[in-house]
Amino acid sequence: MNINNVLGIIFSNSYDSALPELTGVRTMGSVPFGGRYRLIDFALSNMVNSGISKVGVITKSNYRSLMDHIGAGKAWDLARKRDGLFLLPPFSAAGTEGVFRNRFEALRGNLDFITRSKEEFVVLCDSHVVCNLDFNDILNAHIENDADITIGYTTGIAPDLEDLTALTMDDTGRITGTSLCRCGENVSYSLHIYVIRKALLERLINEGISSPVPVDLERNLIRGNVNNLKLFGFACEGFVRSLDSLQTYYDVSMELLNLENRNALFNPKRPIYTKLRDDMPAIYSPGCRVNGSLVAEGCKIEGEVENSILFHRVTIAKGAVIKNSIIMQDTYVGENVNLDCVITDKRVVIKPDKTLSGAPNFPLFIGRGIVI
Amino acid sequence: MYKKNECVAMLLAGGQGSRLGVLTKNIAKPAVPYGGKYRIIDFPLSNCVNSGITTVGVLTQYQPLELNDYIGNGQPWDLDRVNGGVHILSPYQQIKGTAWYKGTANAIYQNMAFIERYDPEYVMVLSGDHIYKMDYAKMLAYHKEKNADCTIAMLEVPWEEASRFGLMIVNDDGSIAEFEEKPKNPRSNKASMGVYTFTWSKLKAYLTADEADESSSNDFGKNVIPAMHEAGERMFAYAFDGYWKDVGTIESLWEANLDLLNPKVDLDLSDDDWRIYPNAPIATPHFITNKADVQNSMIADGCVVAGKVDYSILFANVDVDEGATVEYSIVMPGAKVKAGAVVRYAIVAENAVIGENAKVGESPENFPDRENWGVAVVASGVNVAPKTVVLPKQMLDSE
Repeated sequence: MNINNVLGIIFSNSYDSALPELTGVRTMGSVPFGGRYRLIDFALSNMVNSGISKVGVITKSNYRSLMDHIGAGKAWDLARKRDGLFLLPPFSAAGTEGVFRNRFEALRGNLDFITRSKEEFVVLCDSHVVCNLDFNDILNAHIENDADITIGYTTGIAPDLEDLTALTMDDTGRITGTSLCRCGENVSYSLHIYVIRKALLERLINEGISSPVPVDLERNLIRGNVNNLKLFGFACEGFVRSLDSLQTYYDVSMELLNLENRNALFNPKRPIYTKLRDDMPAIYSPGCRVNGSLVAEGCKIEGEVENSILFHRVTIAKGAVIKNSIIMQDTYVGENVNLDCVITDKRVVIKPDKTLSGAPNFPLFIGRGIVI
Repeated sequence: MYKKNECVAMLLAGGQGSRLGVLTKNIAKPAVPYGGKYRIIDFPLSNCVNSGITTVGVLTQYQPLELNDYIGNGQPWDLDRVNGGVHILSPYQQIKGTAWYKGTANAIYQNMAFIERYDPEYVMVLSGDHIYKMDYAKMLAYHKEKNADCTIAMLEVPWEEASRFGLMIVNDDGSIAEFEEKPKNPRSNKASMGVYTFTWSKLKAYLTADEADESSSNDFGKNVIPAMHEAGERMFAYAFDGYWKDVGTIESLWEANLDLLNPKVDLDLSDDDWRIYPNAPIATPHFITNKADVQNSMIADGCVVAGKVDYSILFANVDVDEGATVEYSIVMPGAKVKAGAVVRYAIVAENAVIGENAKVGESPENFPDRENWGVAVVASGVNVAPKTVVLPKQMLDSE
């Protein structure tokens, strides 16, 4: 088995609608997360750390910030002469109209890219899943099981995502039944991580093209093929979270303030790579108080910060008290401001003496660049 | 075929920095970590890029491995260029034999072919030993305006320190009347910063003459500059008034780091218009636990702080465990301070481990033998056993 024999494909825009607050100005893949990352960093880093050296990133709309973030792929060692990163802008195949509507149509638009790739296997994944996985484990299981498609799943309360597949498996991991997830159910649900032979993927796409009705990846290729193909599930262990709403985004972010979770997700043996910003280290001024928080470089802290996440270059002025909040990059928090359970997008300015608060089950969101 | 470049920079990075003791045992001085995520050489390299000088030769000789790795192809400074870019120039074997760089002038002389291929009008000679932000383009403009053959950047230093520097006595028009090398009774407080701009045709002639002179020690300060001055070439001083620090000793390195925590010091590393670029490893944002107490400090990515940190600089991936104390200290990448350990007035080098309840350094107030007080140093990779005491001014190395 040779991992260089695997092509990676990432859908950067999947479930954009689940996080409308954060994806209004960007795509799911470029949603800021964890103090310095963007969500696509997890998928990209997982692929690179698994030895995959050719990755196609499918984009749909609002992808300027994504392109700005991944550039030529240098931060992931994907700026290469041979293979490397391929940004795949929306491309409508002949005979279709407009931009693709779902992941199947996206693949169909990029069939040429897939066909011309020489790799034997393809790993596909989405950007809404926060995880640190070695795809070799899935690939090895896939080969051992002689599977047609292997689907990464996790077990727990199903996220509130449209058209999500719940899986039932026998003792060998073979998928024997599928259904549509209902939100709140405790099930084994798909993480939208698939391993498949490239030849089979091409065949399925070609079959889909000739289908008289619109085809969808999860509905037709997965749920529709339970009896026709050998589908296997692979349990993804560790810190694996699907983001389905701003609330989940907030909860999962707060989970990182537990050192064990932080160390599991940012396992130094499989680092999560991201674009470098070259900020200076964070400055803690005399009289500041910081506890239980994740702080990125470039921050200047004069006030109090507790149980919060500060992204790059956040300024917390004197007398300000920040609790249970997520403050994204380049935000300025003025003197004597009080924030509790607040999420600020990039470049927000909160003028002195303001008090803003949400609740743990209803974080207050402040959009990009807003001045309060 | 190389494209013509108006100005080429030659960065002298071969110095051992012997006064930094164990810190430069395995690395050249320009590779010494500084400021939480930088190394000394980031300053001249970033200055070059920010000044629009994109052809830079880096002359290395002493322990070049880490420095070479660090500079790599120059990508962190945007110096991986089709035309020009950064080039590491080590001594090499030639037909007539192998020659180490005998002195700073000889190092440039041996690499004249490198300079010539860009056919420059001017060459800047920089040193890799100082912390400062300077626009070399302004200096070059001054050099042209004065129609100079050699321009030397100068800085006014406090009179009481002047005798430690190479000084210049400057005429009203900016031309240099006289040089004084570390005089006992200084007549000037205008010190040379070790930043030179030369008109290349002139420098080339003097380097060739200097090489032919067997009695010469082939050094810019000692030989080439005096020779140019004696011959009456047009030599000017370019005044600089920002922050500049020679980090040649343990004390000055320690001080220069802690200067970053002093709001009165004019060295802003967060200035977007003059960024200093590091080649830093990727790490997670640092984590400050509920038990931690962090004050007046600078902390880089990847650290986990559960203890007390005051007036200190933590580089990337440093751990300060619960109950540990770090004060007035510099802790370099990957070092660990275990529970109950106390680090005061110290420099802990890369990947060193300070065992539980060990004690490294002490504040001058609490050390009776004031004469022998100094910053304590733990060399890179050293494992300080639990409860060990490392005295002020002591340098602890593995062997």
